[in-house]
Amino acid sequence: MKDYQAGYIKLALPKGRLLAPTANLLTRINLGLEDYGDNARQYRLCSTRFPSLSAKILQERDISVQVAVGNYDLGVCGLDWIEEFLVKYPVGAVVKILSLNYGEGGIHVAASAESGIANLNDLSNGRNDYRIVTEYPNLAEAFALNLRMRRFRIFPVWGAAEVYPPEDADLAVLWGKSGADIATQGLIPLKKLLPVTAFLIANRESLENKGLSQILMCFSSKLTTGTQASTEIKLDTLEELKVSRSSWQAKEINLALPDGHQQAPTAQFLKRTGLNLQGYSEEVLNRRPSTDLDWLGIKVIRPQDMPLQVANGNFDLAITGEDWLREHLCRFPSSPVKKLFPLGFGTVKIVAAVSQEMPVANIDELRSLVQSSSDHIRAPLKVASEYINIADKYLRDNHINPYKLIPTWGASEAFLPEDADILIDNVQTGKTLEQHKLKIIDVLFRSWACLIANKDSLASSDKKEKMEFLTQKLRAELE
Amino acid sequence: MLPGDMLRFRRIEDVFRTCCRNWGYQEVRTPTLEYLYLFTATGTLTPSMLSKVYSFLDWDGWSGERVVLRPDGTIPVARLYIDNLSGQELAKLFYVTNIFAFEGTGKENRERWQCGAEFFGGTRFATDVEIMLLAKEVIHRLGLSNITLQLSHAGLVAALLKDLKLHPGEEAKMTNRILEGNWQALSKVKSDNPEIERLIAELLSLKGKSSSFLHNIRASFPGASQSFKSSLEGFVNIATLLDNLGCSYEIDIAAIHGFEYYTGICFQLLTDGKKIGGGGRYDRLVPLMNGEDIPACGFALYVDPMMKLLPLEKEKKGESGILVQGKELTPEIVKTCFAVAESLRDAGYPAELDFTGREESNYRWVVLVLGKEPSPFMLTDCMQRRRRDAASMAEILKVISEV
Repeated sequence: MKDYQAGYIKLALPKGRLLAPTANLLTRINLGLEDYGDNARQYRLCSTRFPSLSAKILQERDISVQVAVGNYDLGVCGLDWIEEFLVKYPVGAVVKILSLNYGEGGIHVAASAESGIANLNDLSNGRNDYRIVTEYPNLAEAFALNLRMRRFRIFPVWGAAEVYPPEDADLAVLWGKSGADIATQGLIPLKKLLPVTAFLIANRESLENKGLSQILMCFSSKLTTGTQASTEIKLDTLEELKVSRSSWQAKEINLALPDGHQQAPTAQFLKRTGLNLQGYSEEVLNRRPSTDLDWLGIKVIRPQDMPLQVANGNFDLAITGEDWLREHLCRFPSSPVKKLFPLGFGTVKIVAAVSQEMPVANIDELRSLVQSSSDHIRAPLKVASEYINIADKYLRDNHINPYKLIPTWGASEAFLPEDADILIDNVQTGKTLEQHKLKIIDVLFRSWACLIANKDSLASSDKKEKMEFLTQKLRAELE
Repeated sequence: MLPGDMLRFRRIEDVFRTCCRNWGYQEVRTPTLEYLYLFTATGTLTPSMLSKVYSFLDWDGWSGERVVLRPDGTIPVARLYIDNLSGQELAKLFYVTNIFAFEGTGKENRERWQCGAEFFGGTRFATDVEIMLLAKEVIHRLGLSNITLQLSHAGLVAALLKDLKLHPGEEAKMTNRILEGNWQALSKVKSDNPEIERLIAELLSLKGKSSSFLHNIRASFPGASQSFKSSLEGFVNIATLLDNLGCSYEIDIAAIHGFEYYTGICFQLLTDGKKIGGGGRYDRLVPLMNGEDIPACGFALYVDPMMKLLPLEKEKKGESGILVQGKELTPEIVKTCFAVAESLRDAGYPAELDFTGREESNYRWVVLVLGKEPSPFMLTDCMQRRRRDAASMAEILKVISEV
């Protein structure tokens, strides 16, 4: 229920690549949110200039959804995530207010130089089954439908879309500063789907009912003096682009290694096994590292994407977290992915946590609390989680009813207590939760980094010997 | 749907089924869940229509293959024909099915019902007329009046677009606009050939009521392209046959939109200006789905708007319905009530039980179980407003059967 009388205005601000320029803008327009910056220790901020203005720092891709559902009146995020939402829900509650003239780039459709796809006509006329990898599945689907592609499959990924073509995808729909930027990643940009800048957005109902004018004036006063970012699509011509072609040839065994937090311990572990890797260490990240084993192809992708990519046969083996394997198996129980063995690092606990204010100590007490709710129509328990399938199963198994899942892209703790009642997330020490005044009420399971494999590859006579060689090498280090 | 709606729904369905069977069509049913590529593979459905498809991952979601809630009735039936019946020279099929479309406002129905018929094989213009007459017969038998049959021709439109010599991308965009009903876009296109512009302007502004209109067009534009003339010839054959059969129609090229896979005649049916059905010829669909080069045509009647046009009926129980009531709720009387109702149903009468003691007049007979000798039953003839005692079940059946 929105508190129109009190006039509280809630602003959602981005983490990640837009944080620094957004902080710079907020300083210039003097919103009084001085704590917003690279070193922000809290997700919640209060304005020192406007007493009615508060802000929260969220993952950029969560912001358009959070503004649409009305948890925030205003938000700042990239146009890519706004359009990703609007293309699926065009009559949604998000209103684009103005371009903020930074964070410029575009969403491009790109193919590998080796794919033989030179232009869009090849896609609409072809009868091939095109695999499209993307962080933007809605934009990618709209693109494929508009082009009347006869058959296509979309593989949503958490990141590193550029590394999939040509072996593991035919096309990538991805963000890049320019066509030239895409070309440096070894891809041919076929079309710029959308020019992107940071945008100020508003919830439609808030815009219609709430006094947002002071805040909007702060934004617009500084911006109208500058030129608005052009929204015209300028296509980079292929002649101007230098596509850096990587040497590529199909390998017999394909292994996926993780980026992010898992990269350093994985690199250390692999070093101990004697696997001589070039381009993958604690400091260096090449998305296609190499080894002395000429039959082994390696790519570095997000650990979240690995179970699905192993299941569909793009990779035979992968090092990922058991949490992401379970998340995949909760959704697809008959998936042909198998855990081979844990690797003894990357330990986390997957926990259910609530605000310290909530008078419950465990999941049974939470169930009683939900059931004893005196509301005539019981409000659903709002559950924020990166692991939506694990969370869904956990709540069903524990007979929590009704509940509503809020998928997040990390930092679920930022959602409590205002935008969610409970989170299901991974913790290492629990200190972050404590810092945000949250408490653990249940530990769902412990997760380690583990080696996973495609069951069909394990059974394949062509691959068996080399798979065993590699797994033995990794296992030997554990003994 | 509420009970009253279901009565209207079933009435439409019954009339449709009876008509189709009488014309020699066979009923089929296709799955509610289909693969998305079934609908994208032909390249004929518009992006705007496909963007409203409900799609999701199936049990093997890691394959990236998406399944959808059936967004269209014809394509699944065409697939059913190709997979199972393509050995037959002719296949005349009909179906009653629901189709689903993503509804962005939350105010409209996401699920709609269609009664459709498809004719695979056969000679062209005669089968075109057959499906139009079948559709009209269903509407006529439902008692709906003021039926208008509007005709257009997808082949004519395609020929005009080709004659405009647009850039391939522009032509695709223009096709999408026309399919979405934006015919004005076509009239605004500038062509090097003024004859084409005049032909477009004439076709968009005039409405014909007989084949003479098409003859006049043919005579006015002798320089039209061969493909235009060929489509016009087919259109003339259909219009002439309809004239000869005394079936009235209106030729309005711009009246129809959403004829995505059609290649020849397209038609829609209106009652009091409301669109209640449409169809046409789609000769390319089966080959595009990797079937043989089989011509086909079909139509669908839209059940939801038709239901609104039918009068609300009450369930008629008065002619044969029997209500069995207990005077008291003792175990013995309740047991007898169940036994009486069963005997009546065994004898072929609908028999309903009631233990609330309510006064009911919506039945032909009421049997009151009193449970005392020598007359354990009281039988009320609701039509004659007469009551009599009955000593046995046999006596009740005798009285009822004699009326």
